[in-house]
Order: sequence, then C-alpha cells, then structure tokens
Amino acid sequence: MHSLPNIPLASAPAVELKGISRHFGSHTVLQNISIAIPRGQLFGLLGPSGSGKTTLIKLMTGIDRADEGTVAMLGEPMPQLKMLQAFGYMAQADALYAELTGKQNLAFFGAMFGLKGTILQARIQRVAKLVDLTDHLNKQTSAYSGGMKRRLSLAVALLHEPQLLVLDEPTVGIDPVLRQSIWKELSALSKQGVTIIVTTHVMDEAEKCDRLGLIRGGKLIAVDTPKGIMEQSGSTTIEEAFIAFGQAGGEEA
Amino acid sequence: MRIKALAIRIIHQFIKDKRTLALLFLAPLLVLSLMKLVFDGQAVSPAIGTVDIPPTLIEKMEQLHADVTVFANANDAQSALGSGDLDAILQLDASQPKLMLEGSDPSLNRAVLLLLQNAFQNGAASTAPTITYLHGGPDMAAFDSFGPVLIGFFSFFFVFLLAGVSFLRERTSGTLERLLATPIRRSEIVAGYLAGFGIFTLVQASLIAWFSVDVLGLYMAGSIGYMLIINLLLSLTALTLGTLLSSFASSEFQIIQFIPLVIVPQAFFSGLFNLDAMNPWLQKLSLIMPLYYGADAMQGIMIRGEGWLDFQKNVYVLIGFSLLFAILNVLALKKHRRM
Repeated sequence: MHSLPNIPLASAPAVELKGISRHFGSHTVLQNISIAIPRGQLFGLLGPSGSGKTTLIKLMTGIDRADEGTVAMLGEPMPQLKMLQAFGYMAQADALYAELTGKQNLAFFGAMFGLKGTILQARIQRVAKLVDLTDHLNKQTSAYSGGMKRRLSLAVALLHEPQLLVLDEPTVGIDPVLRQSIWKELSALSKQGVTIIVTTHVMDEAEKCDRLGLIRGGKLIAVDTPKGIMEQSGSTTIEEAFIAFGQAGGEEA
Repeated sequence: MRIKALAIRIIHQFIKDKRTLALLFLAPLLVLSLMKLVFDGQAVSPAIGTVDIPPTLIEKMEQLHADVTVFANANDAQSALGSGDLDAILQLDASQPKLMLEGSDPSLNRAVLLLLQNAFQNGAASTAPTITYLHGGPDMAAFDSFGPVLIGFFSFFFVFLLAGVSFLRERTSGTLERLLATPIRRSEIVAGYLAGFGIFTLVQASLIAWFSVDVLGLYMAGSIGYMLIINLLLSLTALTLGTLLSSFASSEFQIIQFIPLVIVPQAFFSGLFNLDAMNPWLQKLSLIMPLYYGADAMQGIMIRGEGWLDFQKNVYVLIGFSLLFAILNVLALKKHRRM
C-alpha cells in the first residue's frame, strides 16, 4: 500500500501502533495511542468495558482503520489483505454457524485460510485435541454449551497456525476450570513463539501476561510488566494499580 | 406501574427507531397511493384496427372511446395485432363482421367485446360478429393471464426475504466479522452467496415451473426451458437485491420492512394490473423494476409462446440488474472492512 519494503522484517515488532486516534462521529474512542509489541510476547490489554479495547484490537488487525496514526503488523503497514493470513482472531462473540457441526465450522474457516485436504483434516484434529473437543466434533454447534462454543471459537483462531493471536475477552462467561485451561494453552503457545494479544477486564488474568497495557477512556495510561506496574504505583495488586493510574490520568486530564 | 413502565419503554424504543416509525406511518400511504393510481386513472380505450368497416360504425366506435386505426388490408392489421399495437381487429368478411382479439389480457378482451356490443346495438349493423383469438381463447381465465406474473412475483419475493435474512444473520451473529478477518475478498463473499443460493433458486425455479404448468394447469404456449431461464434470472436478481438491502437493515424485522417499499410496488407494475389506465409518465416507473421485465418475458412465453428473440431484451436487463446489485453489495461490504 505504501512504498515500504515488502520483505517481512524478522526484527520488526509483531504489532506497532504510532499515534493512533479513532473517532466515531464526535465521540473520540481512542486518543493518540502508541505502542510496540515484540514477537513472542503475551500482551494483555486491561481496561473497563467501553474503554476502547475492542476498537484498538480491530485497528491492529486491519478490520477497522484509524483516523490518525499508522499500524504495522510484522513490519508490514496495515491494513493489507494478505496480512489477514498472518493472525488468528477471536472476537467477543463466538461467531460460529449454529446450524453446522463443530467440524464443519472448522472446515469452513480453514478453507477461508486456504487449508484443504489432508492438511486441513490434520489441523482440525490437532486444534480439536488442543481445546478438548475431539469427541464433540460431529455435534451441531447449537447443541454446544457456552464453554464449548468458546473453545471451538478459539480452535478456529488457531487453525491456520498464525504467528499472532488476537483474542478479545477469550474467557468471558467461562467457568474457572476452563478459564485456567485456556490460559495454560495461551502460555504454552506463547512459549512456542506465538505473539498473543489478549483483552481482559479480569485483574487476576492480567497478572499472567508478560506485559500489560492499561487503557481507560480511550487513552493508554500505562505499559509495563505486571510487576513494574504495581511498583510504579506503589500498590500490591493490579487492581489497586489500575485504580491509582486511573486517578492520576484523570487528574492530568 | 409495571404496565406503565413497559408502555413508556416501548414508546421510547419506537422513537429511537425512526425507520420503523416512518414505515408505520408512511408505507400505508404509499401503498394506498399506488392503488389509487392503478385503479382510478383515465378510461381504457382499446386499440381496434378495422378492415373494410363502414364509416358509420367506425364513428360509433370512436364515440365509445375506441382508438380506431383503419387498415387497407387484413395482413397489415394482422401484423399490428401480432406486435401488440392493436388489441383487436374488426373486419367484414363477405358482409359478415369478424372480430379477432389479441387475447392476452382477459380484462381488455372484455372491454373490446363490451364496446362492440354497444356499437352494434346502436343500430349500425344487425349481425353480431364472429370472434376469434390470436392468443389464448374465450375460456382463458384471468388466472391464466396473471399466473405467469404471479410465478415471477413469488420466486422473487421469497428469495428476496430468504437472502436478506440470512445475510443479515451473518452480520448479527458476528460471523461476518470473523469472515472478514480472514483473507477472503469482499467480492468472494458476494459470489459465494450467489453460488450457494443459486443452487436453491435453481431448484425453486424448476419446482415452481413444473407445479404451475403440470399441477395448476396454467395456459402454456411456449417452452418450459425458457420459462425456467426467466424464473432463475428473476431469483438471482432477488438474491442480489436481498443481500444488498440487508446491509441497510439491523434486524430481521427491518428486512420485513422492505416488503412494502421494494416488493409491493413491483407487484403493481409487473402486469398484474393493466397500466393503460395510469398516467403515461407514471407507467415509465415500471422500467426500473426488475419484476416488470421478468413478468413481461414470462407472459410472453406462457401466453404468446414467444421464442428467444422476442424476450431476449428482458434477459439482458435482468442480468444487468443482478450484476449491478452484486457490485453494489461488494461496495456496501466496505462498511465492515475497507479492503
């Protein structure tokens, strides 16, 4: 799209935002956000509902476009159609076809990423095992429980083995046992070198991330490791730190 | 108290939804206006060609508002009747009056017969004419005439609804967003929908064609293959229009709201009603309605037994409409992903 070199730079960050702003009408959702997320990091976006987390994620993936600022993914300027192949996306909604079976859903989205034949079948079996749905693949998705739908949705995002995983509230509405198993899976993927960006408003989940971005009212109020954030604000929990940063940010504005 | 709170909530919801509100008040007005335009226009004046008819009788017919054209020989009159310029030919054959009706539209047949009955009663001639038909016959019921139109209408209507709602589902369930997060092109989505639904519309078109001819016994002078082609093209137009308009609806209910705006006006202009009584420039509205072309071809094939050369223009126009709607749909998807 621009005159930037077409070679994916191995050293370029997984995602790099520079001076991003997004307005919906007269309402400013995101304001001057700059951030770089290195490869292989498990990055958490933490903020209350309505703070702009989902909008920020949509800008990173190129589904939405910023009014100001630039977005680059793996060194490539966004949005670009071919870059949609590079990441896996899981939205807040499960976004599954209820009339289809789990397997049919996986096969459909696999085909969207150009997977076919034996490779597709092998990948389906792999991700199904990963999210523990192997026995339920032939069931219609409408008969799935909420947790099973969420897991299938995650499986869809993992299907094409993306270098970058973008997950919007992956554990919302999921029981504690399943939540733990999903986070275990995310940590394992992260160790294999997959970059993961995950939004959450659950504070104890935030502590499991390598690095955190606190977002509030469309502004990025702090970016650091969970430990660093607690130290900076002199608090003992992420929750306290978040409140402390929020107040400081409010005073500045 | 609960009832009051509920009522206030509903009122608030209605006021927020300006479109539903507009539909509630404006759509009935639109439909009523259309009905008035169709039923309450100028008087119909049948176009009658005459051969060897005494001037006194022609004068009588003109007094009764017939649009009379005098032909020198019967062949010229015949070709005018064939091309649809005339509704009937009255000629004297060995001093015996003979009437040939175009016959496609039973209501026009009746208008011609009534007019001539009056003209003859006024004493111009004592013998009643013998009657023949170019298309159809005296036993062709009104349904035979508007049946072809109804076939087209219902294919169009149901495909429109189905396509509109299912494309909307894609959006509301979040699957469209997920779909657009894959490297699929916008044009591929539209084409995929066309292909997927195309199969069902093909089955539907065949089923309707078979049912109306073999089961309902509709008057059928032409080829069932042609009829299938037209029906399929009409369905494709409905499919592309339905998916396009679903981009502008946010719920199934809002899809239903398109019916009085998009479907009903087409029914009025499709040939179900004789538009000769309507203001001529309003008649031109039919030119922007896909159903008009489909119904016209369908009537031509089923009643007048027309071949490819007679209805090919309608085929091209329907293909044009489908392409236009499909391209607009690709553009409308830009709203969700700008690449």
